[in-house]
Amino acid sequence: MATTSITVANAPLLDFVLRRADDALILGHRLSEWCGHAPTLEEDLALANVGLDLLGVARALYAYAGEIEGAGHDEDAFAYLRDAGQFRNLLLVEQPNGDFAHTVVRQFLYSAYADPFWRAMTRSADPMLAAVAAKSEKESAYHLRHASEWLIRLGDGTEESHRRAQAALDALLPYAGELSFVDDAERGLIAAGIAADPASLHPAWHATLDAVLAAATLARPAGEWSRSGGRTGRHSEHLGPLLAMMQVLPRTHPGARW
Amino acid sequence: MLDPELPDLTIADLGVLRDVVETDGAVEVSITPTYTGCPAMAMIALDVQTALDRAGIAGRVRTVLAPAWTTDWLSDAGRGKLARAGIAPPPPGAGRRALFGAPEVACPRCGSRKTEKIAAFGATACKALWRCRACREPFDLFKCH
Repeated sequence: MATTSITVANAPLLDFVLRRADDALILGHRLSEWCGHAPTLEEDLALANVGLDLLGVARALYAYAGEIEGAGHDEDAFAYLRDAGQFRNLLLVEQPNGDFAHTVVRQFLYSAYADPFWRAMTRSADPMLAAVAAKSEKESAYHLRHASEWLIRLGDGTEESHRRAQAALDALLPYAGELSFVDDAERGLIAAGIAADPASLHPAWHATLDAVLAAATLARPAGEWSRSGGRTGRHSEHLGPLLAMMQVLPRTHPGARW
Repeated sequence: MLDPELPDLTIADLGVLRDVVETDGAVEVSITPTYTGCPAMAMIALDVQTALDRAGIAGRVRTVLAPAWTTDWLSDAGRGKLARAGIAPPPPGAGRRALFGAPEVACPRCGSRKTEKIAAFGATACKALWRCRACREPFDLFKCH
């Protein structure tokens, strides 16, 4: 028996909430793939803990998305019953774990944005988003510190760790441009004081990158070209297999309970 | 009502229990998560609901997010219980600075302040792993949040 996929109509606030929920879910899922495989036991726990924080954000936002949409979809429906084209997460967060350096760089780039983003969102005119932000901003800050410490250790480490960290940065920085994606709907939310304006977050983001990359002796790749598409449902080839793994159980056994 | 992960700490000690309101004989218990993704929340909600049902009280459990939980809500009794269980209580004063500073942490076993961090994350979302350089024992630190 198979389940039918759900489709969620576009609406400004719903899109905004689902985009951030999807970021948190997909990145959290990627981190969960390290469980039992991380370089050290302490790092295994760390990656699982960061993933758990992100899953918590995703759940809170999906629950809110369900309220906004008003179609009876709960957090499980959003996570398990949408196909890849319905996900609105950043391309960055769906990129594979790669070696540990790729995971660290991906986490660093995301956290360097998420930290000032959630801090700004604590002042959102939307009380639910402000409440989620007040919880997330401290967690994001902790994630950023952890990822920064690792990036510095890898970049300013051995010849091999430096080479791998630089390769990961070269590969993933082009995906960071999408962090500042805005469309007309989001511009309306920014004007209404509901959404944080990505343009206002640029100084903090660049300052973090400059400081950490300098300490890590890593070079910022030249060129400002970037890849985008995730925010509007056009994904890289990596999201499909991730969703297949994540969704197989609830789709094979609809409504199964522990 | 005890926290499922922290020995002897009640959810009131922890600051997770926010409010109990009775309206026309129905009770509403409000709880708030420590960390956003804390997996113990579902169990705490179930435990509270079970206790209400056992006592024959009509009621429900509500999860609230705001205001955001902080370790400053840990009661003094709760801090004492943590220390007795071998978990160093969080340094007072929540917020980003405390989270990022280098707090002076006393070993919950021997009291020495010659301690150091082993790992920023521990067995649960709310803890980090430390070690005492005096008595050489590792211990959990309840993270400042």
